[in-house]
Amino acid sequence: MKILRIFIILFLCMNFSQLHSNETNNILKNKILKNIRCLICQGQSVYDSESDFASSIKLIVDKKINKGLKEEQIYAFLRKKYGDWIIFDPQLNKNTYILWLLPLLFFLVGGAIIQKKILKKNEK
Amino acid sequence: MKNKFILFIVITFLIFCFVVFYKGLNNSNTYTPIINDKKRIPLFEAKDFNSNVYLDSKKIFNEDIFYIVNIWASWCVPCRTEHPLLMQLSKSQSVKLIGLNYRDNFNNAKNFISEFGNPYSIILIDKDGTLGIEFGAYGVPETFLIDKNKDIIKKFVGPINQEIVNEMKLIIK
Repeated sequence: MKILRIFIILFLCMNFSQLHSNETNNILKNKILKNIRCLICQGQSVYDSESDFASSIKLIVDKKINKGLKEEQIYAFLRKKYGDWIIFDPQLNKNTYILWLLPLLFFLVGGAIIQKKILKKNEK
Repeated sequence: MKNKFILFIVITFLIFCFVVFYKGLNNSNTYTPIINDKKRIPLFEAKDFNSNVYLDSKKIFNEDIFYIVNIWASWCVPCRTEHPLLMQLSKSQSVKLIGLNYRDNFNNAKNFISEFGNPYSIILIDKDGTLGIEFGAYGVPETFLIDKNKDIIKKFVGPINQEIVNEMKLIIK
């Protein structure tokens, strides 16, 4: 009887871990799909779109996750097929230097101007 | 003097913004992919339309010739307009046409082929569109030209026309 109980507990634990892994896969899948642009719809992510293209991408992402591929590997696969545009979150490369560095530059220049003004006020 | 300089900077900035937005308005807001980027053909396994047997991509592209991969579907209207051009291309000995039947009903696809003719050496079934994604396709119709090194050297989104056929013929020669 004790052995049976242990078996039942073990069986339940195994099922729960399966459920847990499915849930983490789903969370990861949704996160990835929300970061992929539907290339044939205007301004929609694959997650939001019901187009044929989006549903094929959803299947591909699902397959890749089940194969054990990491988030970055899936993005790399899609980038290779469709270019950087397919990912909403752009990577830092020679085409996106301005995009990433310009806000930082504005912040630094703005900060310098404010500091100069404050220093001038204090001098007065 | 200082005020004049600030005014100059502000006006220059506004002119810069105006030019950027004006140019942006004239640009097309639909994404045009980099279509002439050389890419290796993907490795895949797909069901053959006629025999229902799974074929390996290495077996499909095993000859030392050019290949044309055409994504089509019976429900796709532009596919009907480009079909005679595919028939014309299939007469060439130096190229093999591979059809990729995209998200289609088998019987409708069969009727389409019997009505308009079969330009393809092999037709592969892409029931869920994932094979198209492996090729980097957006939808139907789409055509890929593959060279002897098994690199995708050209990609044509949308139906092909006589101009594209002539271009492909020139490359295949």
